[in-house]
Amino acid sequence: MPPHCPAQIIDDVFRMNEITARREMVAARGVKVTFGAVKALDGADLVIHCGECVGLVGHNGAGKSTIVNVINGSLNPHAGEVSYGGATAQHGISTARAKGVRCVFQELSLCPNLTVNENARVMHAELAGWNWRTRAVALVKQQLGEIFPGHGIDCDSTIDDLSIAERQMVEIAISFAGLNEKPKLVILDEPTSSLDAGLAAQLMAYIRKFVGEGGSVLLISHILGEILSTSDRIVVMKDGRVVADRSASEFSTRSLVEAMGNVVREQEWQRAVDKRDGAPVLAMPPRRGHGLAFQAHRGEMIGLAGLAGHGQTETLLDLYLSRNSNWWPARRKDIAFVAGDRSLNGIFPLWSILNNLSIASLGDISSRSIVDHDREGVLGNGWKKRIEIRTPDMENRILSLSGGNQQKVLFARALATTARIVLMDDPMRGVDVGTKQEVYDILRSEAATGRTFIWYSTEMDEIRLCDRVYVFREGAIVAELAGDEITEKNVLEASFSAGEAA
Amino acid sequence: MTAARLLFTKPWIWSFAATVIVWVVTVLFTGGASSLGLSQAALTFAAFSVIVGIGQMFVITLGPGNIDLSVPATMTLSGTLALKLMDVQDGMILVGLLTSILLGFAIGIGNYALIKLLRIPPIIATLSISFIVQSTAIWANRGLRIKPPEVLASFTTSSLFGIPNIAIVALILSVVAWVLLKKTIYGRWISAIGQSTFAARMTGIPVDGTRLVTYILCAVLASICGYLLASFSGGAALNMGSEYLLMSIAVVVIGGTAVAGGNSNIPGIWGASLFMFLVVSMLNTYGFGAGFRLILTGLIIIAVILVAGGRQSNR
Repeated sequence: MPPHCPAQIIDDVFRMNEITARREMVAARGVKVTFGAVKALDGADLVIHCGECVGLVGHNGAGKSTIVNVINGSLNPHAGEVSYGGATAQHGISTARAKGVRCVFQELSLCPNLTVNENARVMHAELAGWNWRTRAVALVKQQLGEIFPGHGIDCDSTIDDLSIAERQMVEIAISFAGLNEKPKLVILDEPTSSLDAGLAAQLMAYIRKFVGEGGSVLLISHILGEILSTSDRIVVMKDGRVVADRSASEFSTRSLVEAMGNVVREQEWQRAVDKRDGAPVLAMPPRRGHGLAFQAHRGEMIGLAGLAGHGQTETLLDLYLSRNSNWWPARRKDIAFVAGDRSLNGIFPLWSILNNLSIASLGDISSRSIVDHDREGVLGNGWKKRIEIRTPDMENRILSLSGGNQQKVLFARALATTARIVLMDDPMRGVDVGTKQEVYDILRSEAATGRTFIWYSTEMDEIRLCDRVYVFREGAIVAELAGDEITEKNVLEASFSAGEAA
Repeated sequence: MTAARLLFTKPWIWSFAATVIVWVVTVLFTGGASSLGLSQAALTFAAFSVIVGIGQMFVITLGPGNIDLSVPATMTLSGTLALKLMDVQDGMILVGLLTSILLGFAIGIGNYALIKLLRIPPIIATLSISFIVQSTAIWANRGLRIKPPEVLASFTTSSLFGIPNIAIVALILSVVAWVLLKKTIYGRWISAIGQSTFAARMTGIPVDGTRLVTYILCAVLASICGYLLASFSGGAALNMGSEYLLMSIAVVVIGGTAVAGGNSNIPGIWGASLFMFLVVSMLNTYGFGAGFRLILTGLIIIAVILVAGGRQSNR
């Protein structure tokens, strides 16, 4: 046997080439960032090479969004360094942009009062000069068509008029688009949080294509299936540090959840026997004059399914507003709402976490209309422990929390009330796996005590947890599934079939 | 150190700082002779601005677009009607006050009815109401100047332990308003509505009811202020409220209340009201001409807002 078999040498050379070809796109090393007493990043390393998709997972508040903000230049790290393309450059948003870094934020960042093409102009300064609108429309249209074939979004409409899913699609398209130069690294922070399964699959396919052409993607998601199937490499963060950084093929859903520090639990949701007895606690005639009527009974967990933006949110709003006077304070609160679009109809940005949590239950913690601060504090601390809101002090401002933790506060706000009916508008957006399981447990025990939950979700796993599911299509309920009929196949069939069930 | 830092993060501190500076500068010029008289006058006139300012502040807290322009007309009509009804009889003082308050109630309901039924912005709705109210005052007044009842006139112009009675009334109203704003459910509600009306609605706050109460509160405070001002100045005049249109808004803004809504503070209104009076009297003492005085007033107000505003934005 010769000492060096030629095939092996060729293989080695090939591998060398592959390594040199995988140039560093961006590298952040030993980064530390603190917000007041909170250590958001505690010496984290993150390197992204050209032509790879890196998945980034971790708890709410693990530091994912913070490291993204360091890479895109909007946050200056207190220690450590950031380099683009191997060279340490001056740090800042404009530098990062010049190096081809684009970012799709978890908090959708389009200007709601502008049209789609005007928003494209905001992101792409090179769309200047005569007739830029036409070119902007062409650019966005082409890109949208490439990522989401058959999307049906009108590029002349104002962002305000688009559903939250459509906004997310537009923002993704604008970020991937390039007039003169394609972006080199696109950071996607929870890109599929409002997209249904079909759209999410289209996006994942596009990411693979983009990476195949030499681009890089940093994908942040709580949906582990996406991360596992799309990424080349997965980075797991915990408490501001990177705790695992391995090739995606070495992970499974179970090992990934364990790496994040959670105990894997089998999804066993003992569905109760049919709870439909007695009079419904909430009912609504068929919407828009066709489809099925809506009914909810005591202790039921009802899912609203179907493709995103087909009238589920509107139904929840109608149900809520019909039970809630706009003129007189309710003597007893009998219905509560958990917002999904937290910046639009959820949080009060000037207030502390505590005030945000207690606003819906002020009647229970006050005597003669005067709010009792001690009882408010007890309420706040109780929920801080129960739902694990990550903050040193409930008096801190709500905006000091990460997105997922803000969402937990909204959950606590609704659950802390005495309301017997809780409406949920896709509330798990941006909430990590561990918290989701805790919240599911809370929901289960609350439902057992007779609370009714009406739950719109874009995630099939959550729809499967419900006792009964209404499937929406074009603003009306087209199918009702109960018990074992609730499967992905049945839901999808009902959402695509042109309403034979009606 | 930390206490000082805490103090400097309060948005109202700047209006008080400006007030103290202006007071010292004025007193220095007169060699200390006028300090007591100046302070008493400042407290009296500031009190009127405070009373209308508090009402306006509640409305502004409701969020962008909320403002009450009917304040001056309400003051005029309330003063005119109350004096006419009391007709210099001491026994009618309470009846007059009650009439004023009822009038405020009616105007507040009118304001919000217009905003809600016609779906027009508050700035237009309250301005339209203000024309109706002002015309009613002209019709009711007919150029007659009726004196206030003796007891009421002496109450509004005298002092208790050196503090003008009017200022004490304003202080009591301020404390009530402070409790309302910081301690009650209603206070939480208006702050929530000011930050995000939709979110407030979705947490079960009766948005329309709360806004209606707030517009009524503002009009009632303007009525009370008109009643007191007419009694203080020995009779109602048709232009007695005009100065208070901009004053009610200026003291809110200078006092550090967020114009965008959701955040308000009452101490700042006192600082700003005292400041607004003292600036004018300082410039008077220095003997500047009318035109120059107005320019300086404007510049000083801009300066105070810049200092206070710069602080707020980096919170």
